[in-house]
Amino acid sequence: MTTRVAPSGTLGQRIYAGRAFPVSVILTLVLIAWYAGAVYLNAPQVIEKFERAKIDWTVGQLIDASWSMGRPVLPSPHQVAIELYKTTVLKNVTSKRSLIFHAYVTGSSTLLGFAMGIVLGIFLAVGIVHVQTLEKSLLPWIIASQTVPILAIAPMVIIILGNMGYTGLLPKAIISMYLCFFPVVIGMVKGLRSPDPLQLDLMRTYSATPAQVFWKLRLASSVPFLFTSLKVAVAISLVGAIVGELPTGAQAGIGARLLSGSYYGQTVQIWSALVVASVLGMVLVYAVGLTERIVASRMGQRP
Amino acid sequence: MSEPIINAEKLNLVFETADVPVHALSDVDLQINKGDFVSLIGPSGCGKTTLLRVIADLEKPTSGKIDVAGVSPEKARLNRLYGYCFQAPVLYPWRSIIRNVTLPLELMGLSRRDCQQRAKEHLGLVGLEGFENKFPWQLSGGMQQRASIARALCFEPELMLMDEPFGALDEITRDHLNEQFLRLWGSTGKTVVFVTHSISEAVFLSTKIVVMSPRPGRILKVIDTDLPPDRTLDFRDTAKFQEIAHDVRMALREGHSYDD
Repeated sequence: MTTRVAPSGTLGQRIYAGRAFPVSVILTLVLIAWYAGAVYLNAPQVIEKFERAKIDWTVGQLIDASWSMGRPVLPSPHQVAIELYKTTVLKNVTSKRSLIFHAYVTGSSTLLGFAMGIVLGIFLAVGIVHVQTLEKSLLPWIIASQTVPILAIAPMVIIILGNMGYTGLLPKAIISMYLCFFPVVIGMVKGLRSPDPLQLDLMRTYSATPAQVFWKLRLASSVPFLFTSLKVAVAISLVGAIVGELPTGAQAGIGARLLSGSYYGQTVQIWSALVVASVLGMVLVYAVGLTERIVASRMGQRP
Repeated sequence: MSEPIINAEKLNLVFETADVPVHALSDVDLQINKGDFVSLIGPSGCGKTTLLRVIADLEKPTSGKIDVAGVSPEKARLNRLYGYCFQAPVLYPWRSIIRNVTLPLELMGLSRRDCQQRAKEHLGLVGLEGFENKFPWQLSGGMQQRASIARALCFEPELMLMDEPFGALDEITRDHLNEQFLRLWGSTGKTVVFVTHSISEAVFLSTKIVVMSPRPGRILKVIDTDLPPDRTLDFRDTAKFQEIAHDVRMALREGHSYDD
């Protein structure tokens, strides 16, 4: 577990020494670029509108108008921020207009798919490591499965499962699982094979059974590899859940918000859904990282 | 005391490599009796580690006959007849020291209570009480190696197979552990097969020194020693010690071990 020494000194020094300073510099640069981009992309429409209304416009008016359009090509950051505020803080979380509600819908299928992906991934990895024919027969298919674009597979999964009577959470979770089992398999195969020859010889001198070697040696050795995979897996699991919400015309979820936003040209809505998706992704990756640190410290990892 | 525990006859082991086959063991005849402390000494590549691994059933001989406690090495391994110490401590880094020592006991299906008790007892024997809950990286190299000895001892095998257990340690630590280990051996009466490339370590510890030579790996000479059991490091200054060390050196020279 890495322990970060708390910076001491005045607030200014602490900000400078910590992570806050570099992060805020990048944020400022992004915001400047975003505002400039909003003017550049929205200006043609604004100018057209001004000319239709026969208004003598100034640069100040142009900038002002391009930052506050109803359906801008690129909404300005404060428009997104206001929309976010309106759809999170001001809305009841059970309301269909609340982004927290939609994040919950997407998050729950992300987590279900993630859990299913972990189980499937570990199961396949254990098989591949222990049965040589499985490595030869299964691994090419596992790799091939990831070369097909998920956008092509998602509608079929939704339709087939819909025909079988499964709608809502499960089909989306299966799409998440389809994406996220892959890094788990690859990481776990590597992790389960990571014990060095001496560690394996030691088990042999104790006449350990293959099951004992698995539980006492291979599984523990694979933990660091597993967590590296899980960080990737949880992020793409979220992508899977959002993609799974697109072809169904789902009523709820971040994907549904993105879709309805694009139907009605509500770019502000799309962008705020994107922000929520990325915040959700960061929270999930952070949660996996936190779990990793807790597990690592319990497994005696050197700080 | 002269009951044989290891008996090897015309043992050969050839490793098939990409270019030329390597003759790691060539016509090795060796008898080790119960209670012996036998050192296998020789330059690198003389097959001493290979011989130890054959006894431990970590390698299969190409030809010849070997039995360990009257049965095949495989059976002896399955009966958990021996404890093996590697050149490196090979402690599992995710287990605390005590849980490293309890590992073989867990595999044997002992209860948690028995595991803890026996591990504590053996950590005490090697002078590691108070370090039970540390993780391996928190211990020095010498302490890690002592923990690995405790792990090999804790299920009370008849035979200890040790592959240069002190090879990676500095001389001061090594001397200290030699003395400690000699006392431990004296009090337990186990049979020890000990691989080393240090003449003074071999002479100081052993009742029998097996001098080996490389290409092909073979036994040159077996030197029986008769040393006082309560010897300390000072014994290395005596004429008797020098005499045996000289014999070992002469045997190594005969095997061209000092040639280029």
